Amino acid sequence: MTTPLLSVSGVTLQYKTKEHLVTATYRVDFEVSRSDRFILLGPSGCGKSTLLKAVGGYLKPTEGAISLNGKQIATPGPDRMMVFQEFDQLLPWKTVKENVIFALEASRKMRGAAAREKAADAIAKVGLSRFADSYPHMLSGGMKQRVAIARGMAMEPDILLMDEPFAALDALTRRKMQDELLALWEETKFTVLFVTHSIGEAIKIGSRILLLSPHPGRVKACIEDIPYDIAPADAAALEKEIHTMLFAEQIEEAEHV
Amino acid sequence: MSDSRPYPRILVSRIDGETHGIVEKPLTAIEYIFNLKWLRKLSILFILALVWELYARWLDNALLFPTFSETLLALFENAASGVLLVRAWASIQMLLAGYAIGIALAGILTFLAVSTRIGSDFLDTMTSIFNPLPAIALLPLAMTWFGLGLGSLIFVLVHSVLWTVALNTHSGFRAVSNTLRMVGRNCSLSGLRLVCMILIPAALPSILTGLKIGWAFAWRTLIAAELVFGVSSGRGGLGWFIYERKNLLDIPDVFAGLLTVIIVGLVVENLIFRKIEEKTVHRWGMQQ
Repeated sequence: MTTPLLSVSGVTLQYKTKEHLVTATYRVDFEVSRSDRFILLGPSGCGKSTLLKAVGGYLKPTEGAISLNGKQIATPGPDRMMVFQEFDQLLPWKTVKENVIFALEASRKMRGAAAREKAADAIAKVGLSRFADSYPHMLSGGMKQRVAIARGMAMEPDILLMDEPFAALDALTRRKMQDELLALWEETKFTVLFVTHSIGEAIKIGSRILLLSPHPGRVKACIEDIPYDIAPADAAALEKEIHTMLFAEQIEEAEHV
Repeated sequence: MSDSRPYPRILVSRIDGETHGIVEKPLTAIEYIFNLKWLRKLSILFILALVWELYARWLDNALLFPTFSETLLALFENAASGVLLVRAWASIQMLLAGYAIGIALAGILTFLAVSTRIGSDFLDTMTSIFNPLPAIALLPLAMTWFGLGLGSLIFVLVHSVLWTVALNTHSGFRAVSNTLRMVGRNCSLSGLRLVCMILIPAALPSILTGLKIGWAFAWRTLIAAELVFGVSSGRGGLGWFIYERKNLLDIPDVFAGLLTVIIVGLVVENLIFRKIEEKTVHRWGMQQ
């Protein structure tokens, strides 16, 4: 086996609220290889978003290590571009095109004509060329998320981090966006670490799924080698199986109360 | 199993052509005219001027209450002779100096407040102390410290601008969403670059509000201060013009001075700031 692109080993994450010290994840291990579509799946409270933020460099692990290409992650950086759930992740004072250019120039990756060309390219890939000069407030939610994806991809990060990017969209748009993301992946085979709480979405998008249990988040199972075009019957069976795994825990918990 | 259950039926309804009446039709001329806001406001102004003119004519005492036409005449005469313009310009120059210093200080304080916790506490405490205090109340003190002149005026002007601008800018920064900050840090922005490229534009609506309030405070404070002592190195501002003409019992000129104060205020608030807002926050959909 080749060396992993991203390696998370024994990571415990804790954060403080006003009254409590909360342990979000406890000794989580996983490895992401190049071109994986790696999904962190779990119910709310399993620390999947916190884990993603730690990979993003926004949060230091209390225990364990996260490394990208063998280098320890310390701060946020453009080699790990993040796509958030919130629609306000675009800079409202910049047009669609300027938003992409901003990321390229601010991170000193590219400038001038090269950046403009790269941005136009990325926007065309997500099908928004017609809206390149629109401001974010004129766009629908799905379009805003497309711009965020375009911005992330234009930066050509080692790994694209997506934090429930489609969760705030309506069901029809969400399905369309999932298809589009897969089509984009087909083109460039980028590596993506994707957080979701929807089992269906995980199976549809992922090539590997890491199942996390809540309070605190621990690895419950890892599902490998999910085919790109999984047969509907297999998907349904897998969904049921994952559902049972998550659901069983809840019954156990209920009995302990 | 499935054959015992009915399959859902789909009934497609037919949409006929032109049977739904009016979809869109232009308003009548009267409705259209009444919808023009500026026209409504202009007619209010016209009626006020008419009432003023009639009352003053009935009173017939130019020393107490000149007519509207006398006031307008005084305004044009003083504007034509250049006196009013020179005085207004003197006030505006003074104001710009105080405004610029106030904004610069506010910028420094706010930068300290966003970068350290103690800076933030300091700014909070200082704004709570000085915000309720009208800057003009500091004038007697300023006069003992800096004497009758430029220093005192600048001192009260800075006070009237500094705290509101700092308060609004700081609360604007605090309201910037965490997501936007994270996007900035994702593009390896930090420190001053993060403030300039993310925080300032993202907080622009409340920064502009602060600048507008600061300007309004400063303008009122300056005119009031000039009424107390207007002449510094031989050049008086608008406030001094009003005071001077009152002493000469030239009441139409006093009214003309007051009108000029109003006009300058209106121009800055409704033309300059409105234009800036249209070009920025309105265009970006950050404020309606």
